[in-house]
Amino acid sequence: MIINYLSSLDPTALLRALPGNVAQGLIWGIMALGVYITFRILDFADLTVDGSLATGGAVAVMLIKGGMHPAVALIFAFLAGLAAGFITGMLHTAFGIPGILASILTQIALYSINLGIMGKSNQSIGIAQQNLVASLRYVTADDREIFFLKLILGCLLLVAFVYWVFGTEIGSAIRATGCNPQMARAQGINTNFTKVAALMFSNGLVGLCGGIYAQYQGSADVNAGRGAIVIGLAAVIISEVIFGKLCSGKRFSFAYTLSAVFVGAILYYVAYTLVLWLRMPSDYMKLFSAIVVACFLAIPYLKEKHAVKRRMAK
Amino acid sequence: MGYMLEIENVHKTFNIGTINEKVALNGVNLKLNEGDFVTIIGGNGAGKSTTLNAIAGVWPVDQGKLIVDGTDITRLPEHKRAAYLGRVFQDPMIGTAATMSIEENMAIAARRGERRGFGWGISKKEREEYKKKLKVLGLGLEERLSSRVGLLSGGQRQAITLLMAALKKPKLLLLDEHTAALDPKTAAKVLEISDKIIDENGLTAMMVTHNMKDAIVHGNRLIMMHEGKIIYDVSGEEKKSLSVSDLLAKFEEASGGEFANDRMLLA
Repeated sequence: MIINYLSSLDPTALLRALPGNVAQGLIWGIMALGVYITFRILDFADLTVDGSLATGGAVAVMLIKGGMHPAVALIFAFLAGLAAGFITGMLHTAFGIPGILASILTQIALYSINLGIMGKSNQSIGIAQQNLVASLRYVTADDREIFFLKLILGCLLLVAFVYWVFGTEIGSAIRATGCNPQMARAQGINTNFTKVAALMFSNGLVGLCGGIYAQYQGSADVNAGRGAIVIGLAAVIISEVIFGKLCSGKRFSFAYTLSAVFVGAILYYVAYTLVLWLRMPSDYMKLFSAIVVACFLAIPYLKEKHAVKRRMAK
Repeated sequence: MGYMLEIENVHKTFNIGTINEKVALNGVNLKLNEGDFVTIIGGNGAGKSTTLNAIAGVWPVDQGKLIVDGTDITRLPEHKRAAYLGRVFQDPMIGTAATMSIEENMAIAARRGERRGFGWGISKKEREEYKKKLKVLGLGLEERLSSRVGLLSGGQRQAITLLMAALKKPKLLLLDEHTAALDPKTAAKVLEISDKIIDENGLTAMMVTHNMKDAIVHGNRLIMMHEGKIIYDVSGEEKKSLSVSDLLAKFEEASGGEFANDRMLLA
């Protein structure tokens, strides 16, 4: 039976899936970049992501259907994400609602808003749509190298942009807020402002990702963002566990760390495909995602605990 | 000339209406002249740190007024008051951002009270300036500008926090038991640096301490607090001639002997 199972697996199928994995990983990496900003820099578990990703997609698709150029539609997807982050930020800072809860409230509210934007649960723009920024059909096209080159270049530009933002005075203030809010306030930083700004920037990137992903898929879906935060966290944590040591202590180490998030997202999709390839039922994929994230979150903690035990034993 | 700091009849009660209700400040009045360096002593819960937090705006006061160099700051939020204040805390972890480098921490402090925009967070010129200032500390930190602050010892972090507090000359420097968490040798070094920074910049300063000898030796004025009030205020020659036993006697007089077991005695 095992031999039957093994011989039925087709290694070339894995290879064939690779370009799709890379494209998906790079696109979702944009969201992961947003997750990195809240989760690692601001130290805020922001679950708005699950809603704002779908919002970005809904906005982009409806505007494209209305005749807007797909690239221009992405600007509005970004703006929609900014607005979502603003709401979470205000709920938290102006109304004193705990961070996670504030973001869950926005996420739930966005579900209705996304339905409102689209008028129904799914809107398609069709695969033949012209001028798409990214599309499944580019992955199999003859000139797909150019598409990948453009996509990678776009991601690197985003990394450079995020790197620049967090090197500025405002960016430094956001980093200080995330690291030590007491110190930040003592140094004259309005931590409410920096928190809202970081949440907006983060969700702006998530909305942008949603807009690109909807174009890639050819449709926007109200459920597109379900579990997105877990994928974002997976990308961030995989990148840290694998590249963490490699990235630290160098000049521009922050830029390496940000780039590694994209590699983390790609690796996540490769692993995802691998599990599907092993014929695990696709119903279990969310379970798989959760287990991956739980494991990678637990590894640093258990490692430290083990190290302490060993030191004590000496 | 007006006063650098005026505290008028400030009251603060925590957890009002609960079984944990605690009157922390019960009508504090204090006026500091420019250049005053006042040390604050008192038992646990006397209101020493609470007074500094009231000035810094960690929470709003219930009643009273706080005026710094003629500006009423009573209603300003904490981050706005920071423009007037330099602060060093008891916990060395609080004054600096651990994941950021020494120079980044200093650059953040250098912009206290200013608008932060999209200019680069630190300039080359600043870096040279910070190097010079760090060198004066004599801790070798000038060679580690890009090291993460989290890698440094408590004493080193406290020394950097002191530098940061004075980088942008504050109207008032608040030192909240800033040597209490350090070993005696490091504490002495940090105190020495504090004196130097206050002296060189001509700062007006308040220092809370549990060490009576330090309270006598440092500064030009000493106040003692008890149950949310200032019960003793001396300066000039009278302060210089104080001894620890004088202070203990004052304490007992104020509290009816209840200080016998207080950890002040350990000082």
